[in-house]
Amino acid sequence: MTNIHAILSTGLTFQFNTLHGHRGQKLNYFFNISIAQNKLFLYNSAMGTLQKYYKQSATYKIFSGIFEKVTEFLDTLGKITQNGIKTIKCILKLQIDRKELTEQCYRFGITSLPITLSIVGMTSIIVASQVALEMVKQGGGNFVGLLMTILIVREVGVIMSGFAIISMIGSSLASEIATMRVTEQIDAIKVLKVNPICYLFVPRILAGMFMMPPVVIIASAVGVITGAITANLTSGLGYRAFFDSAWLGIYMKDLGVCLLKALVFGGTIALISCSCGYYANGGAKGVGKATTKAVVWSFVAIVIWDMFFAIAFFF
Amino acid sequence: MSIEVKNLVKEFDGKRVIDNVSFKVENGETLAIVGFSGSGKSTILKLICGLLSPDEGEIITSKGDIAMVFQYSALFDSLNVSDNIAFALHERKDLRNKYTEKEIKNIVTEKLELVGLKGIENKYPSELSGGMQKRVSFARAIVTEPNSILYDEPTAGLDPISSTLIENYIVRLKDQTNAASVVVTHQMSTIKRTADRVIMLYDGKIVFEGTPEQMLLQNNEYTKQFVTASLEGPMHMISEN
Repeated sequence: MTNIHAILSTGLTFQFNTLHGHRGQKLNYFFNISIAQNKLFLYNSAMGTLQKYYKQSATYKIFSGIFEKVTEFLDTLGKITQNGIKTIKCILKLQIDRKELTEQCYRFGITSLPITLSIVGMTSIIVASQVALEMVKQGGGNFVGLLMTILIVREVGVIMSGFAIISMIGSSLASEIATMRVTEQIDAIKVLKVNPICYLFVPRILAGMFMMPPVVIIASAVGVITGAITANLTSGLGYRAFFDSAWLGIYMKDLGVCLLKALVFGGTIALISCSCGYYANGGAKGVGKATTKAVVWSFVAIVIWDMFFAIAFFF
Repeated sequence: MSIEVKNLVKEFDGKRVIDNVSFKVENGETLAIVGFSGSGKSTILKLICGLLSPDEGEIITSKGDIAMVFQYSALFDSLNVSDNIAFALHERKDLRNKYTEKEIKNIVTEKLELVGLKGIENKYPSELSGGMQKRVSFARAIVTEPNSILYDEPTAGLDPISSTLIENYIVRLKDQTNAASVVVTHQMSTIKRTADRVIMLYDGKIVFEGTPEQMLLQNNEYTKQFVTASLEGPMHMISEN
């Protein structure tokens, strides 16, 4: 049985009791003497109905969806910034766990190396196989080494290494810390009066900053060498010709910016991954969400950083 | 006095989970907090140990550490038993340089002996049973010689014999450390064996306060329903409402 309240502007309340499955309706009339109360009820009912229909409209759904996403974005950005500041404070107070730092350096530097070298090497093979033959045909064979070196040292080496480290290390950092969160290990750290930022964030972020530059240097060297081999195999370009022009394309500024980018990318990946894991909630699903968020945010962040570096140093 | 909670209020998303709760726990006393799942028992522990901040009211604790034994032990799974117990001694700013490695080793052995576990220093949490993990988390909690120990459902998910063992350790730790203990539990055996006093929460409010004997004998409709595990009574699960 459904009760439908209809309010008349005269201030009378009627209650219709409708029996499901019956065409006939049984009407009961109630007189309510409180006009003010009825007007308020009328207003609330009208607003409620309006709100209900408005909430079902596409416009509302689009705008509320956008608002929710913007709020979530700003919330995450705020938390990451806050954690970054807290990490800097811990570093300045020299609250660094050396044992943990060594372990994290090994994780960032050694375990990520095979995948990083493979990705940069293969990207270099793809690029060299696309451009070397064409350039030799057009008489630009002497510039293949220069082009490849500029491309790898300035961009491919560092950004591809960044992507590799995000997918391998960033995701594992996020899921590790998120698991610690959902299994109350982070609460246990707090109850034991240990600063979780100093214990969890500092070694990971420092490891990212320390280890990403050497990884990028090795990956870039591998990229240039695989580029030379590919150019030789696809276009017959000699190694000497390749490396003679390669040196022409490298300046100290390029190497400096490459190392600076690697340092910033490493720190950013670790900070974002730790932060996304740190605020995980809701069990296994929460761990998955945190990991996805860490990967997406890290990808976007390093592309944005890369754009800033390009504008600041090469515009 | 070791823990005093005055007019505590905590809300989550506009819902009052703790509603004007007050109690005291003296040194050497064990208070059991009982009630339905979602009645705010664990929230009180988190408020006492500072993991959450109260919206209203105050929590006064004696000078010294508050330790907490978590429901699922919350051992650091990347560290072995020894490093888990010594975690605060290695990582806490005020304790970091207080002990030598040899002293830390001795403390770890002593605490492990206290909870009846010897020779498992190098094992990892994943290699231990649920009951052993709980006891290691006891050892970790008492390593800083706390004034107050909070237990969040210490016997949940354990078999009756392991539960009795854990309950004995709760009593033993209280006797040896003279700490004020707060035990959140659902289990009658834990209440009977460990508690000096019991408070019962329902809908964020205290609906009973007394000794375990009074809880069993008194004609309080809330405790009666809890003790008899009856579906009939003043308390309803959230899904039933």
